[in-house]
Amino acid sequence: MSKPGLLIAGVVAAMVALAGAASVPAHAAEGAPKPPRESWSFSGPFGTYDRAQLQRGFKVYREVCSSCHGLGLVAFRNLAEPGGPEFSEAQVKALAATYQIHDGPNDAGDMFDRPGRPADRFPLPFPNEQAARASNGGAFPPDFSLLAKARTFERGFPWFLIDAVTQYQEQGPDYIHGIINGYVPAPAGFELQPGQHYNEYFPGHRIAMPKPINDGQVEYPKLPNGQPQVPETVDQYSRDVTAFMMWAAEPHLEARKQMGFKVMVFLIVFAGLLYFTKKKIWAKAHDEEAKA
Amino acid sequence: MSSGHSTYVPKSAFMKWFESRLPLGGLIHSSFIAYPVPRNLNYLWTFGGILSFMLVAQIVTGVVLVMHYTPHVTLAFNSVEHIMRDVNYGWLIRYLHSNGASMFFIAVYIHMFRGMYYGSYKAPREVLWILGVIIFLLMMATAFMGYVLPWGQMSFWGATVITNLFSALPFVGEPIVTWLWGGFSVDNPTLNRFFSLHYLLPFMIAGVVGLHVWALHVVGQNNPTGVEIKDVRKDTVPFTPYATIKDGFGIVCFMLLFAWFVFYQPNYMGHADNYIPANPLVTPAHIVPEWYFLPFYAILRSIPDKLGGVLAMFGAIAVLAFLPWLDTSKVRSAVYRPIYRQLFWVLVLVSIGLGYLGAMPPEGGYVIASRLLTAYYFIHFLVLLPLLGLIEKPKALPNSIADAVLTKHAGAGGAVVAQGAVSAPNTKG
Repeated sequence: MSKPGLLIAGVVAAMVALAGAASVPAHAAEGAPKPPRESWSFSGPFGTYDRAQLQRGFKVYREVCSSCHGLGLVAFRNLAEPGGPEFSEAQVKALAATYQIHDGPNDAGDMFDRPGRPADRFPLPFPNEQAARASNGGAFPPDFSLLAKARTFERGFPWFLIDAVTQYQEQGPDYIHGIINGYVPAPAGFELQPGQHYNEYFPGHRIAMPKPINDGQVEYPKLPNGQPQVPETVDQYSRDVTAFMMWAAEPHLEARKQMGFKVMVFLIVFAGLLYFTKKKIWAKAHDEEAKA
Repeated sequence: MSSGHSTYVPKSAFMKWFESRLPLGGLIHSSFIAYPVPRNLNYLWTFGGILSFMLVAQIVTGVVLVMHYTPHVTLAFNSVEHIMRDVNYGWLIRYLHSNGASMFFIAVYIHMFRGMYYGSYKAPREVLWILGVIIFLLMMATAFMGYVLPWGQMSFWGATVITNLFSALPFVGEPIVTWLWGGFSVDNPTLNRFFSLHYLLPFMIAGVVGLHVWALHVVGQNNPTGVEIKDVRKDTVPFTPYATIKDGFGIVCFMLLFAWFVFYQPNYMGHADNYIPANPLVTPAHIVPEWYFLPFYAILRSIPDKLGGVLAMFGAIAVLAFLPWLDTSKVRSAVYRPIYRQLFWVLVLVSIGLGYLGAMPPEGGYVIASRLLTAYYFIHFLVLLPLLGLIEKPKALPNSIADAVLTKHAGAGGAVVAQGAVSAPNTKG
């Protein structure tokens, strides 16, 4: 490679290295094993959400997780929007009506409860953090709206550099999947306080949340032969609810990746045209030099 | 250096009338059309144009974000999520802006290292270089305050750690910190003033960029040989079309890198913790600044004394302003300075190393490594550069830019040179 080429390559490598070092998470888990890497439909440049999976994941959230974990940034109407679970408008309307929303004041100055509408956001399971802690042995169950982007684990050198090229960015979903499946018996001699549970992938291994879900707990849609579409197991539940959480955290992921492809194609073609135009323009200057 | 390749002649009667009252056409013509550009510039010289593009992109996306953002501790986090979820293409604008900051720094670091490699800071370009250091400082302040605005955990704790640095100053430290915060901790007044300043500083950057470009157009561009322009006709080409098309190509290539992050991994450069709303009662396990501050953060932490660390950190930036006088060599370009060229690459590696160490916890071997690299960073500027100019024997310089280009062509095989010499440092790219 030529010298400026090397210089550019060197400096770019330097920048990428620095950039990568930044993605070392602040959540650095002391001694926790890294969760296994799962395959997600939404990974990679052409990733999309699996509608059926998001719908199943929502069912798991609604029937199991929502008793403690909020979804405060998501509105019912989002469930019908393109790029998400894509429930029908009617389904969302019916679903919203099953929730009671605290509203008001009315003309008499009173607060009141009314059935939900699609424009409402999911009501929170606890009125405030203190109430949530009081009901959960002092722990605060985090809101699900952004959790898939708010959790990660350390990738370390040189993986953080490779991730920039391979587009591996599903550390959050992998971590959440790991946590749900990480309830194993504590090793002999590992002290747990009351209200603590052992989790293989949780930093420090002491997690306040008990094992959240068991095989067969949520009923999935059935095929014509009476069998469920997918196995009703913890592993499947965890994949489905994690995919749902990823959608909740990044509802425009599909639109982003699809636009990205168009932008990349445009820029590559444009760059190519500019390159040949540039070559043609500079040819005149090179001719002068050759003659001189 | 002022004589360009052509002069502006107003064509219409209106433009003649206007030009005699405000010579705007002449200014644009002499700056962006007739301005003589050394014919041997390589693609590293397109980063000035790339940086101008990034500044405009950041201001445009930022102005749109402000239309939807709410600077209040109880509303800021959710207003950013409102942008991400409910505003039309809000996710695009916000990811462009947050990744744009990183791209801006990637470009500015390449631009700065290019200046160091080719000795672009040496006479008569000292003022041009110092204006660049001022722009870099303003960029750092702007980026730091911008990162606070989403009011996530890392926003809050980053702001707390960095503003607390000023408390290390003797006597005035504590009052200064209280004054910066507008209270006794990072809180709503802090967020409000950071928002105000985050909107103000980019326009100050734009102003200093104007001075930077002005100074550049007075002294002319440096070039890979470091030899001054002797004959405008032989050594240079007019800015338009030569530099415009080349800069345009460079900018589009840079946009490809930008788009890769914006569309495919928009959160790669950020911290997961910043998707957790700020909570003054919960400290993150590791408080880490954005990647572009990491080398300076490593220098800060490598000094065991707090005030010493703060001084070292600011000193690491301040030392750059004195570079024109610390480098005693008469020869500009590292191409003709065999020892300096190696020291340059060592400095690049040391800077990367410091960046890595800045992300690591300050314990054990990391601390020792940080101290060694910090020491080397300062030794490079304060000891090696001044001495090297006195002892290094530079290679023979070409007589002129045109000479350098021709020699290269002869070496590459006579007439069919355009291909062979495309990216060698002595030829135009």
